[in-house]
Amino acid sequence: MIRVVLPAHLRVLAKVDGEVTVQVTGAVTQRAVLDALEASYPMLRGTIRDQRSGKRRAFVRFFACQEDLSHEPPDDPLPEPVVAGTEPYLIVGAMAGG
Amino acid sequence: MSSVRVLVGTRKGAFVLTSDGKREQWDVSGPHFPGWEIYHVKGSPADPSRLYASQSSGWFGQLIQRSDDGGASWEPVGNEFRYDGEPGTHQWYDGTPHPWEFARVWHLEPSPDDPDTVYAGVEDAGLFKSTDGGRSWQELPGLRTHKSGPSWQPGAGGMCLHTIILDRSAPGRMFAAISAAGAFRSDDGGGTWQPVNQGLHSEGIPDEDAEVGHCVHRIAQHPDRPSVLYMQKHWDVMRSDDAGEHWHEVSGNLPTDFGFPIDVHAHEPDTVYVVPITSDSYHFPPEGKLRVYRSKTGGDEWEPLTSGLPQRDCYVNVLRDAMAVDSLDACGVYFGTTGGQVYVSADAGDNWAPIVRDLPAVLSVEVQTLS
Repeated sequence: MIRVVLPAHLRVLAKVDGEVTVQVTGAVTQRAVLDALEASYPMLRGTIRDQRSGKRRAFVRFFACQEDLSHEPPDDPLPEPVVAGTEPYLIVGAMAGG
Repeated sequence: MSSVRVLVGTRKGAFVLTSDGKREQWDVSGPHFPGWEIYHVKGSPADPSRLYASQSSGWFGQLIQRSDDGGASWEPVGNEFRYDGEPGTHQWYDGTPHPWEFARVWHLEPSPDDPDTVYAGVEDAGLFKSTDGGRSWQELPGLRTHKSGPSWQPGAGGMCLHTIILDRSAPGRMFAAISAAGAFRSDDGGGTWQPVNQGLHSEGIPDEDAEVGHCVHRIAQHPDRPSVLYMQKHWDVMRSDDAGEHWHEVSGNLPTDFGFPIDVHAHEPDTVYVVPITSDSYHFPPEGKLRVYRSKTGGDEWEPLTSGLPQRDCYVNVLRDAMAVDSLDACGVYFGTTGGQVYVSADAGDNWAPIVRDLPAVLSVEVQTLS
């Protein structure tokens, strides 16, 4: 299971507390994790990435293992600790004021 | 006994204010969707328990929330607003072509007949329609693709479609208004549109009497006299007696004719309300006095309404969608301010009282009259 941490506003929207977990079959990539997340929580569609293009929203960031993966290709494999479930995949609202 | 439900959208959530027909004691529910910008909340005339809310955020984009129990609980529905075909370009602030980009929903207008049918006015200016209770949205592209579209420019707040009037007197007739393109009318249910801006005069655009390019802030109509429209333009309060074909100025003795909202008394089609604001540079009331102005003559002759409103040191604004009227026998008038106050007058404007004083900046106010 892949552990995913959502920003506070999206936890409220998805009606979850703390981390969520998603099951990914095949290669564990950012796209696959987000696809699985949106399948489990359809209310999140469009809030993290564009619904048609899949492009990350400008003020959303993706972190894992102390690295910023926001600009990495979405089909690159995620770090092994994320795949193993020992580290979470973090979806973060950018610090852009507010 | 009748009651009212006031739906308030703010910069940081939605609030639902309820009272009986006296409109003296209020229950406050909220914030709903705390931390999100709620540009608009509106109820279905066909089913008052059905509410729609526009929820948005610079981080997480647009959501549409629906309630089927008068705001007690909410469900996110469809949030994909995709322009029909290749959206093309409009003019940017510097006059260069700029691609049409969806930013947010400014206004939701439920059908008077069907609770599952609702229209959405969006930024960048476009009109969308849902017939399945908000689960899916389709653009009515005839407005955005009007031949004047490439020349439209955003106002200071963005290029928003903020006013939608569904004219019950004429099947298929609708009005829409866009900052800063102007007013438009459709007579075929939104399929095709024509600009209806003749008589508007706007300094600050190259042709002051142009067919499009006017910064219309708000339009209001009384259902019993549908050919009469009132408009608060950037500057100027205007009136049309022929469904927008021609406009004439009715600013009369207003202390300033800049402002945002305009509304009409529920039972008196000639009684109109505006909130004069000093200027487009100073978005606050003249002299620090918050005054609603009422005309009982369909414009030109205006009286200040001040009882219960702050008459010193007040520097709030009242935004375009932040005024509403109820339909009780003694018409109630409501407005919200950027300072977080929502005021009510239960006697058509003669006397005012705050319902709440310290909400986040108010973006919109709607009211439902419940039996």
